Amino acid sequence: MTAALEVKNLHASVADQPILKGIDLLVKQGEVHALMGPNGSGKSTLAFTLAGHPAYETTAGQVIFDGEDLLEMEADERSRAGLFLAFQYPAAVPGVTLAKFLRQTINSRMQAKDPDSKGISIPAFRRFLTEKMNLLGIDPKFAGRYLNEGFSGGEKKRVEILQMATVEPKIAIMDETDSGLDIDALRIVSEGANRLHKELNMGVLIITHYQRILDYVKPDHVHIMFDGRIVESGGPELALKLEEEGYDWIRAKYGVAEEA
Amino acid sequence: MSNFTKDAVQKLSAFLNEPEWMLEFRLKAFEVYENTLMPTIKEEAWRRTNLRQMKFNEFGPSINGDAATDSEIPSFLGEQLTEDKVGGNLLQIDGVTQQYEISDELTAQGVIFCDMHTAVSQHPDLVKKYFMTEGVKVTEGKFAALHGAFWRGGTFLYVPRNVRADAPLHTVLWSVNGRTFTHTLVVLETGAEAIFMDEYASADGDAQGLHNGVIELLVGDNANLVYAGLQDFGQNVWQFNHERGRVGRDGKLDWVTSIMGTRLTKAFQTLELDQPGSWGRMSGIFFTNGRQHLDMDTEQNHNAADTVSDLLYKGALREKSRVVWQGMIKALPDSQRIDGFQANRNLMLDQTARADSIPGLEIEADDVRCTHASAIGKLDEEEIFYLMSRGIPRETAVEMSVQGFFDPLMRRIPFEGIRTRIFDRIVEKIG
Repeated sequence: MTAALEVKNLHASVADQPILKGIDLLVKQGEVHALMGPNGSGKSTLAFTLAGHPAYETTAGQVIFDGEDLLEMEADERSRAGLFLAFQYPAAVPGVTLAKFLRQTINSRMQAKDPDSKGISIPAFRRFLTEKMNLLGIDPKFAGRYLNEGFSGGEKKRVEILQMATVEPKIAIMDETDSGLDIDALRIVSEGANRLHKELNMGVLIITHYQRILDYVKPDHVHIMFDGRIVESGGPELALKLEEEGYDWIRAKYGVAEEA
Repeated sequence: MSNFTKDAVQKLSAFLNEPEWMLEFRLKAFEVYENTLMPTIKEEAWRRTNLRQMKFNEFGPSINGDAATDSEIPSFLGEQLTEDKVGGNLLQIDGVTQQYEISDELTAQGVIFCDMHTAVSQHPDLVKKYFMTEGVKVTEGKFAALHGAFWRGGTFLYVPRNVRADAPLHTVLWSVNGRTFTHTLVVLETGAEAIFMDEYASADGDAQGLHNGVIELLVGDNANLVYAGLQDFGQNVWQFNHERGRVGRDGKLDWVTSIMGTRLTKAFQTLELDQPGSWGRMSGIFFTNGRQHLDMDTEQNHNAADTVSDLLYKGALREKSRVVWQGMIKALPDSQRIDGFQANRNLMLDQTARADSIPGLEIEADDVRCTHASAIGKLDEEEIFYLMSRGIPRETAVEMSVQGFFDPLMRRIPFEGIRTRIFDRIVEKIG
C-alpha cells in the first residue's frame, strides 16, 4: 500500500498571527508535486507545520499521513513515520559530528522498533555512509566535521539530501533546496532526489521559486500558494507560465495584497 | 571542638613513620593554620561562597585510613583501562594505596611514579625541594595550611631531564571515610614529557565529607605535560583545593579539569608562565545539579614576555545549583607580546540554576593581546527541533546537544575510556 500525505483545510499560526488559512493538498507516494508562490505566501510555514516545529500552531484542519493523524505526533515520530523535511536553512549542531548524527538517526529508528536494539554496527555504518557520500559527491572528511558548522550553503543542501538518503522517507518536502546552489550542485542534489524517488517510490513536495530545479526533478502536479491558501493547481505547464508571467496575474485574480 | 589539633598532626606523622623534616613541615603548616581565620564572605575571594552550612567540627584528619578495607568500590576503579595503554596505575582509598603498578619501561627510563608517602621515604631530596615550595604554599589560605598539616595520600610523578615518559599514567583516589587530603606533585625536568590522568571520586554519603587537596604541576624548560584532574565526589563532600601549574622557558602545560561531584567546591587554580615561550592551556568541564555549589578562581599569570595562555571553562547547570567562575589574567610590566585568553560558557538547563561569570584583566605591559569572553545560554530549540526532525527522540536530542557543547573540550582528555565515563556521567545528570 502506498502512503499519502493528505492535508485538509489546514490553518496555522505563528505567534498568534494566522499564516495558513485553509490548505488542501494530497501528495501520494511516487508523485512529484511543486509548490510555488510569492514570498510570504506561507510555503515554508506549511513545511514547518507539517514537520512539527513547536512554534507553529495548528488552529484548524487535519493532516493524515500514511493513515495516521500527523498532527498528534511529535516531530521525531513524524520523521520515523516516513515524512522528511529538507530545510532551507538547516541548523548547525556544534560538537556533534555528521557521522555521529547520521548514525543516531538510524539507531533511533531501530530502537523505536526494538528498545533493546544496539543499533547499526560501526563497520556496517561506515560502509553505508561511504557509499551514500560518494553518490552525492560529499568529501568523506565531512563525516568527522560538526554538523553544518561552517558548511557553505551548497554543502548544507547536499548534507540535507544525504540525510534524506539515510532515513529513506516515504514522502519528502524540499524547502527551497535549490536556493543558493550553483548549477553543478543543483544537478547533484536533484539526481539524489530523483534516485530516491525512483528506487523507493518516494513522494516529493518541492517548494521553490524557480523553474530550474523542476527541469531536473519533473513535477506531475504544480500548485500555487497565495496568502495562506492554494489558489491554483495544474500540471507542469503552470510552473512555466509563472516563469514567463510572474505572479501579477495571481495577485490580480486572488487579492490586492501587494508585498510591502 | 575541632579535630584538627597539633596532637593529631603528630599522630598522623607517627602513624606514617615519617622522617623528622616532614613532621616539622606539618607542624609549621599547622601553626599557619591556627593563625589563619576561617574564610568568610567578607573576603573578596569568598564573597560568593558561604560556608555556614558546613559542619567543620565534624571533620577530622584521616590518620590510619580506617574505613579503607573491605569496602565497596566501583568495579571500573580496579579495572585496567584496557583500550588505552597505561604505563602506571595507582589506586588509593582514603589515601592508602590499594593497587600499584608501573611498567618496566618507565622504571628503566628513570620515571618515578608512586604515592606521596613512598616519595617522602624514598626520594626525600626531591620532595624536600618541590613539596609546597614552588607550587602551592601553606601561607595561601586556611585550607592550604590545613592541607600542609594533614595531607594524606596522592601521587608523586617525576620525569628526569629529556625523558619522554613512554606511556600515560593514571591515578584513582577513592574515598570511603569522606576525609581526603590528597596531594599531587608532578615535576618535569628540562625537556621531559608526560601524560597524567588524576581521578578523585567517592560514592554519595549521608554525613558531610571533606576533600582538601593540593595539586602542583611543575613543568621545566622545554618540558611538556598533559594533566587531567577529574573529580567526581559524592554530593555530600565539601571540597577546598589549591592548584598551581608553573611553566618554564618554551615549556607547555595542557591542563584539563573536570568537576562533576561535591556539595560545594572552592578551587583556586593558578597558571604561572614564568619564562619566555611558556605556554599554558586550561580547560574546564563541569556539570552541576541539585544544590551543588561550584566556585572556581582561576589566574593566568604572565610573568615573562612572549607567553601564551588559553583558558576555556564550560559548564552545564541544572536545578538549584550555582556556579561561580572568577578569572584573572595578569601581566607584569615587562611581559610584552603576551597572548592571554579566557572564556567561560555556561549552559543553563533549568531557570532555577544560577551562574556568575566574572572575567578580569590586570595588565601592566602595553604590547599585549588579552581577550576574554563569557556567555550564558540555554538549549538551542532550533537545534533540538532539527535533530528531532530526523527521528531522534527529544531526550536523545537534548543529550546530543549537551554532549556537543562539551565535545571540543572532551577531545582534550587523552583516554577514550575516561571520556566515555564522563560522557555517561553527563547523560546521567541530564536525567
